[in-house]
Amino acid sequence: MNAEIIVNLSYIVAAILFVFGIKMLGKADTAKRGNLLSSVGMLLAVVVTLLSKGLDYPLVIGGLALGSAIGFVAAKRVQMTGMPELVALFNGFGGLASLLVGWAEYQRVVDLAAVKIPVGELVLKVKTHLVTIDPFTAAVTVLAILIGGITFTGSMYAWGKLSGKLGGRALTFTGQKAFNALLALGIIAAGVIFSIAPTAEIAYPLLIVVIVLSLLLGIFAVMPIGGGDMPVVISLLNACSGLAACAAGFVINNNVLVVAGCLVGASGLILTVIMCKAMNRTLVNVLFSGFGATAQASSGESTGELKPISPEDAYYILEAAKNVIIIPGYGMAVAQAQHAVKELGELLEANDCEVRFAIHPVAGRMPGHMNVLLAEADVPYEQLAEMDDVNPTIEMVDVAIVIGANDVVNPAAANDESSPIYGMPIIQAHKAKTTFCLKRGKGTGFSGLENQLFTSPNTRMIYGDAKATVTRMVTQFKES
Amino acid sequence: MELILLLFIFVLAAFLGFELIAKVPSQLHTPLMSGSNAISGITVVGAILAVHTSSSGLSVWLGFAAIVLATVNVVGGYMVTDRMLGMFKKKGKK
Repeated sequence: MNAEIIVNLSYIVAAILFVFGIKMLGKADTAKRGNLLSSVGMLLAVVVTLLSKGLDYPLVIGGLALGSAIGFVAAKRVQMTGMPELVALFNGFGGLASLLVGWAEYQRVVDLAAVKIPVGELVLKVKTHLVTIDPFTAAVTVLAILIGGITFTGSMYAWGKLSGKLGGRALTFTGQKAFNALLALGIIAAGVIFSIAPTAEIAYPLLIVVIVLSLLLGIFAVMPIGGGDMPVVISLLNACSGLAACAAGFVINNNVLVVAGCLVGASGLILTVIMCKAMNRTLVNVLFSGFGATAQASSGESTGELKPISPEDAYYILEAAKNVIIIPGYGMAVAQAQHAVKELGELLEANDCEVRFAIHPVAGRMPGHMNVLLAEADVPYEQLAEMDDVNPTIEMVDVAIVIGANDVVNPAAANDESSPIYGMPIIQAHKAKTTFCLKRGKGTGFSGLENQLFTSPNTRMIYGDAKATVTRMVTQFKES
Repeated sequence: MELILLLFIFVLAAFLGFELIAKVPSQLHTPLMSGSNAISGITVVGAILAVHTSSSGLSVWLGFAAIVLATVNVVGGYMVTDRMLGMFKKKGKK
């Protein structure tokens, strides 16, 4: 059996492992094994690729070692709260890698086409048309570069927004849509001409134009999307990085790239749509509405006043409560308050009070973000409740403690048609008998919207770092 | 012909991908995203093939950069996913 057959058979096995891996990732009890399975597939694909003839081994092994070391350290050191950013960052790297693969392959073919003719001392490089690139290969090269480029800068921008290096607010400027359309048109024009004449004199500069414009488009496409929508954006960019790998697979005629890339692209797209549904919005709406950038017109600034109380006073109310729900949001993640919150939950339970954690599907910066954090703090599974289980009985709840959540409890989503989040299902914390809102300061949330919950009559604000606040409540409980 | 075959598997893989993600509980969205993100690092295979002794200067270095970036994506992606899922696991045992 020759080497090529072994390589391709191994690619088939790798593809099967990816399919089962993704399938198993979708179920709670098999997820960990699924991830392991797909990593075995990846290892297999890489190892058999190393068997190909003529590789520059020192560079290949060096690159693999360097990349593994960086990935290893980053994954080990990241805090659970920083997870969303890191996924965005990794995703961007994957996109850029696909761009480079497309570019490197074109460069290789161009080099092959240039025949070196020695003339005395000089070596003349003469372009010949001995090696041709068919329009299809040229077109997929453009696609790999385009999608890879958008994925890279888009993910980087999303990373900046999530990690707080760039403001979370949506940034818009006049003519932004026209500008983006112009960028896209420029890419299409350059890409089409390149595909028709991939060996012409003008082809290389055109390819560079495609690269630059794609990188720009990634930035400007993510810029007008508000921080609250970043989970959806990252999911979409994840699908894109799959498609970029798939396009790179077409460039170099490699079936495992095509299969794996396409799997990720398709499943990522479906996941994105599922997430949009959880927010009751469409993908188009998320991408192009400039969420939260438009000032809220009619809802008016705060009608009531904010009523702050101290954690100690809050304790007396909590002590008498028989039914408490805790609604965590990104603020809990930032403050690393999950362990303190878990302790508070235990003390409340010991005080003969029913405690539930109400988790909104898009709370935090990624779907399931809160589940991961609470799981880290060892909160019992039975205490985690979904939005739809909590809302019908929310009037019976004595105290709802909102910890660093904002949009997911904003009543404007239910009753203010002019609000950008109108129609998004929320946890109806404003219907509880008493609501505590733990918040760092008086500013608006990540999405930049006013929240009527904070000024509603039965809401009490507890300002300060969420962890410190919860710890003070816990101390009160222990002392009395 | 090879091209047609590639397109063929592309289409089939697309349908398979759509079918795989039918009912996924929302708590698994993040691990799923991060796990499939690691798979998209498969482009590392293409990057390895680009670093060929017959290739010259720029092409090799582009390939080398691609190897490093894609490997970060692969290794980091799988490990982060594993860490996340490990937390769910711990809870399951109790």
